[in-house]
Amino acid sequence: MPLLEAVDVHGGYGGMNILNGVNMTIEADEIGVIVGPNGAGKSTMLKAVFGLLTITQGEIRLRGKPITNLSPHKLVEMGMGFVPQEKNIFPSLSVEENLEMGAFLKPATVSRLKAQIYEFFPPLLEKRRQPAGELSGGQRQMVAMGRALMNEPSVLLLDEPTAGLSPRYMNEIFERVKTINAAGVGVLMVEQNAKQALRIAHKGFVLAAGQNRFSDTGEALLNDPQVAKSFLGG
Amino acid sequence: MTAPSTQRPATSDRRTLPIRELVLFGGLALVVLAVFATMGPAYSTRMLVEASCYAILALGLTIQWGYAGQFNAGIMGFVALGGFSATFFSIPVNHAFWASDLPGRLGWVLLAMVVVTAIVFGISRLDRIGVPKLLRTILAIVAGLIGYLVVISWLRSVTGDIESQVEFIGGLGLPVWLGWIVGGALAGGVGYFIGHICLGLRSDYLVIATLGIAEIIKAFLKNSDWLTRGTATISPLPWPVPDPGEVGFLTARALYLSVTVVMIAVIFFLLHRAYHAPWGRMIRAIRDNEVSAAAMGKSINRRRQEIFVFGCILMGIGGAVLTSFNGLFDPQGYLPLNHTFLVLVMVILGGPGNNLGTLFGAVLVYVIWIMSGPMALAVMHAIVALGSHWFDWQPGNLDSRALQARVFVIGLLILLVLRFAPRGLIPEKVAHHD
Amino acid sequence: MNELIYFFNYVVVAGSVTGCIYAIGAVGVTLIYSILRFAHFAHADMMTLGTLAVLLLTLAFPHAGDPLGLPTAIVMLPVAMAFTSLVAVGIDRAFYQPLRSHGVKPIVMVIASLGVTLMLQGLIRLFAGTGSQNLYVDARKEIFRIDVPGVTRPIILTEPQVILFVITIVAVVGLHLFLTRARLGKAMRAMSDNPDLARASGINTRLIITLTWVIAGSLATIAGTLLSLDVAFKPDLSFFLLLPIFAAAIVGGVGHPYGAIAGGFLVGFAETLAVFNWSVLLRPLRDSLPTWLELPNNLALVGTEYKIVVPFFILVAVLIWRPTGIFKGKVI
Repeated sequence: MPLLEAVDVHGGYGGMNILNGVNMTIEADEIGVIVGPNGAGKSTMLKAVFGLLTITQGEIRLRGKPITNLSPHKLVEMGMGFVPQEKNIFPSLSVEENLEMGAFLKPATVSRLKAQIYEFFPPLLEKRRQPAGELSGGQRQMVAMGRALMNEPSVLLLDEPTAGLSPRYMNEIFERVKTINAAGVGVLMVEQNAKQALRIAHKGFVLAAGQNRFSDTGEALLNDPQVAKSFLGG
Repeated sequence: MTAPSTQRPATSDRRTLPIRELVLFGGLALVVLAVFATMGPAYSTRMLVEASCYAILALGLTIQWGYAGQFNAGIMGFVALGGFSATFFSIPVNHAFWASDLPGRLGWVLLAMVVVTAIVFGISRLDRIGVPKLLRTILAIVAGLIGYLVVISWLRSVTGDIESQVEFIGGLGLPVWLGWIVGGALAGGVGYFIGHICLGLRSDYLVIATLGIAEIIKAFLKNSDWLTRGTATISPLPWPVPDPGEVGFLTARALYLSVTVVMIAVIFFLLHRAYHAPWGRMIRAIRDNEVSAAAMGKSINRRRQEIFVFGCILMGIGGAVLTSFNGLFDPQGYLPLNHTFLVLVMVILGGPGNNLGTLFGAVLVYVIWIMSGPMALAVMHAIVALGSHWFDWQPGNLDSRALQARVFVIGLLILLVLRFAPRGLIPEKVAHHD
Repeated sequence: MNELIYFFNYVVVAGSVTGCIYAIGAVGVTLIYSILRFAHFAHADMMTLGTLAVLLLTLAFPHAGDPLGLPTAIVMLPVAMAFTSLVAVGIDRAFYQPLRSHGVKPIVMVIASLGVTLMLQGLIRLFAGTGSQNLYVDARKEIFRIDVPGVTRPIILTEPQVILFVITIVAVVGLHLFLTRARLGKAMRAMSDNPDLARASGINTRLIITLTWVIAGSLATIAGTLLSLDVAFKPDLSFFLLLPIFAAAIVGGVGHPYGAIAGGFLVGFAETLAVFNWSVLLRPLRDSLPTWLELPNNLALVGTEYKIVVPFFILVAVLIWRPTGIFKGKVI
């Protein structure tokens, strides 16, 4: 049974559809990457999965269970983690408190998980008492991902985790995503840096105008001349 | 996140017969007629005059709140200011005051005030000639403090003498309409000051500031016995039309009513003109979509300032007309409930931003308000009868308690309208411009 | 020296008392703002409501405090806090919650809170009248005189003032520990920082809102009761309390609890200093002053009847020069 499955999803804001039939499937141990031009509905699709906008048609399933239009709160309880692109930390809370908030629903596991997150993201350990708002962009992204991981999600949704980061941090974040995935967390992420992202992806989905244009393995998409020509900048 | 705008031509179905308005106004006319039939024409005309004064206040608030989304919680202060101006201009000259040396001394204090202000202002500009900013700030504060103390103690002695020798400075003995105009101007000036500070900030701050300035104006008028006789109150106040002593209650009040009705008609006409002029389009654009209006140009705060000041002017004039009609200037009689929240209910119930709706709301709410007084007292008596029967509860002072029951009802009414009819009974049509 | 003791009694003590009350009130306003994003204008009447509950309980059991050696009002405080919290949560459910779920603008919430304040005002004065009443129903206020060596005038503290300082410290420390140590307290700060992310983290925002009203209602009860213990229960203070409390919250930076405490003391001391008659301090110098500089009897900056001008002036000054407040509040 696939971990996360979206079938013919339509939806948008206030009656205006942005998604016009998106399909995607990822398995439990996979990284799925959504790429595509601006305005293709990539982030919208991620938000639709996380219940942040109304789906008017189609269905989304988590491990076979329908989760269409469930509230984010419910989805978090069911083991979904979401890292928004912007405003993804609590700036006045310390790094450690940010992580604790991620495990709000599972207070008993906080200390074990915190230790684990600091292993994933060593730079956070020494900054753990500092307000998260004072950290650099890359470190904030780590806090944001760490916060989402604190709930021990089975699937992690990442909205452009490398946006605005320097190449050094970008590679580091991609490495972390691989490590997280290796630890058994399914990942679905939206990325602007399509080539690098597809390199670590098991599955890739190229969206345009709210619909799938190509869906294949990451490697196959990278090697597809048509995809390369239209979407990966040659 | 843009909502899909239903792209429908703005003119097509809007010229149909305004059934809703006709029914509502017809009903209102019936209610007023019923009051005439039961309470007699003199009483009812008085009620209508007061309602029309409130309508002027409500029009002031409806352009601030309905046109521009600025909420003014200090209407009472602007009303009191207008009332003071009307009083000061219209009551007879106090010859004892002008014959003494007091006007001269008061003049010197005012002059000193100007001089001190000029000095402090000058010091605050010293940094332009090379004085360090910190030193300049300290100097300005020290000079301001000393100057203030000198002027205030001087003023205290003069005003103390005025109170002990001639009671108060009296009026100017000029036609009352001059006082109304100046009252509007004073209110507009205060509105400019407040608006200048608050309009660029979150709308909550305007609420706090207006609430505060209203209490300050009231405190000033109440405690400045030399100027207003304070709690001793001033009466009678002259009318612009023959007063009841000359032509009888009904005729005098009817004449006064014709004055207020003409005023409302003029305000209506002006608002209508402004609303359909480029200025009004700009205002509506700001209200409907502030972001896109800001993209067109950066004069949003200027427009808001204009609206706010204009609304305050109307409140000042309305307050002046109301006070003149009451024939009594009593600073303590200005209450947040009667002069701020009652107006608020009129506007949100009638339809914020819709002049006709506001007029409807003003008259309807005022009629209910006036009629609710005896009703509240009766209900109060019933409650107390039950209360003393069951719990041995024996409160005295039923009149003031009945007033409090009305406070409760006004509060509840505000909440119910916000919840169930947030756009009022005659809603403003927010057209989608093309 | 006598003058300094006078200054201490009439400025330091009085200013601290006012400051404590404004601080506790402002913390409540600022917490509500940081969670619900609107200025809660019913706060002053919530204070009065809490105090009324204390008063009624004290009237019902006038000697409940005797075994503990405390004023009965203080013993009744926890009960009244629970009651006011309950009312606050009820008001939220009945009036604010439906508006919130309609997604209205913050200014509409402000108007709703004005409606609530009128309802509370009406109810309170309907049953309690408008006259002031003493919270010391069946007891006398104790007065402590502390002699300072070498001075004839003693330092004067009253029993309610001592209680007020103790309770303020307990409340502030307790709130600090709650916000920094407790899971729910941290969640409150998280929701104030970023409500969307709080929701995405699985934080139960409804629970946090309820908690906010409980804290606000409790703090309002404490502030109102302490004020009434020091002076008397006055049901008609409403708008006169609202302005200094909002000024304090804004000076401290809206949404910033520690700023609100600092702002409360700032406004409290400013008020006290402004109405203090400075000529008392200058009196010893009177004989050495040149004759042309005659000292007026009244050298107060503003008369007590114009006290409300002080917080207004502070408010205006802050809005002009630093609208985010001294501690950089969240939103302008």
